[in-house]
Amino acid sequence: MAFQILINVVIAFSWMFLKNQWAFPDFIIGYFWGLVILFLMRRFLPGRFYFERVLAAGRLFFLFLRELVLANVQVIRDILRPKLKIEPGIFAMPTELKSEWEITLLSLLITLTPGTLVMDISDDNKILYIHAMNIPDADQAVAEIKNTFEKAIMEVTR
Amino acid sequence: MTETINIFIGIVVLLGSLLSLVTTIGLIRLPDVYTRSHAASKSATLGVLLILVGALLYFWFADNYFSARLVLGIVFVFITAPVAGHLISRAAYYTNVPLWGETVQDDLKTKERPKTKKEVEKRQKVHTEA
Repeated sequence: MAFQILINVVIAFSWMFLKNQWAFPDFIIGYFWGLVILFLMRRFLPGRFYFERVLAAGRLFFLFLRELVLANVQVIRDILRPKLKIEPGIFAMPTELKSEWEITLLSLLITLTPGTLVMDISDDNKILYIHAMNIPDADQAVAEIKNTFEKAIMEVTR
Repeated sequence: MTETINIFIGIVVLLGSLLSLVTTIGLIRLPDVYTRSHAASKSATLGVLLILVGALLYFWFADNYFSARLVLGIVFVFITAPVAGHLISRAAYYTNVPLWGETVQDDLKTKERPKTKKEVEKRQKVHTEA
C-alpha cells in the first residue's frame, strides 16, 4: 500500500515537472491522473488497488461514529432508568484478526460501542474477554456487531 | 445564518455538558468498578468531544479562526479514553476487585494465568519472539 502511494506521489511530481507549474492545485491534478494510471495498471502492482482501502477506512470511520452515538444512547438509558435493570458479565469472544495493530483497533472500537468493554486479551491474541452491561441481549447483537467490525477492519488491512 | 449557527453550537455544547452530567450520575448509581468504567469510557468521551467540537465551531464562525489544536485534542481524547477504561478495569480485575453480586457470567475466570515468576518470564520471552 505504501509503495502504491509512493508511486502516486512520484507521478504527481512528474506531472508538475511536465507542466512546469509548482502550485498545489497542479499537485492535486497530477495525483488524480496518478490514481487513474495506478487503477489501469493494478494487475502489475503488488497487493490491492490502494484507494479501495482508503474508502474502506472511511466507511469504518462512519460505522464507528454511528456506533458511538448508539452506545451513548444506550448508556444514558441504562443510567437514567428509575430502576437499575442491568445484568453485567464477562464473555469470551474468539477473533480472527492476527496482527497487534488490528487487534488494538478492534478493541478500541468494541470499547466505544454499545454496552461492551474489553477487559483482557489472551496471550496468544486469539480471544478477547469482554465485559458487557447486559449479557442476555448482548450475546447475539454483539456477535453481529463484532462481525461487521471485524469484516470492516479486514477490508482495510488485507 | 449566524443565528442558526449560534443555536446549533449552543445545542452541541449543552448536549456535551448534559452527557458529562449523565456520566457523573452513572458513576454514582452503577454498582461496581466495571459498570462504572462503562459510563466513564463512553459518555464522557462523547461529552468532551461535543464540547470541543462546539468550541471549534464557535471560534471558526465568530472569529474566523480554525483551531487545529482542538482537532488534535479531539483525536487524542478519542484514542486515549477507551484505553484508559480498559486499563483501569483490567487492573481492577487482576487485583481481585469483586464483580457485582448479580453478575451473570465470568469467562475471564477460566483464562489461564501464570502463577510463578518463572512462568511470567517465559511468557514474556515467547511474546517478544512472536
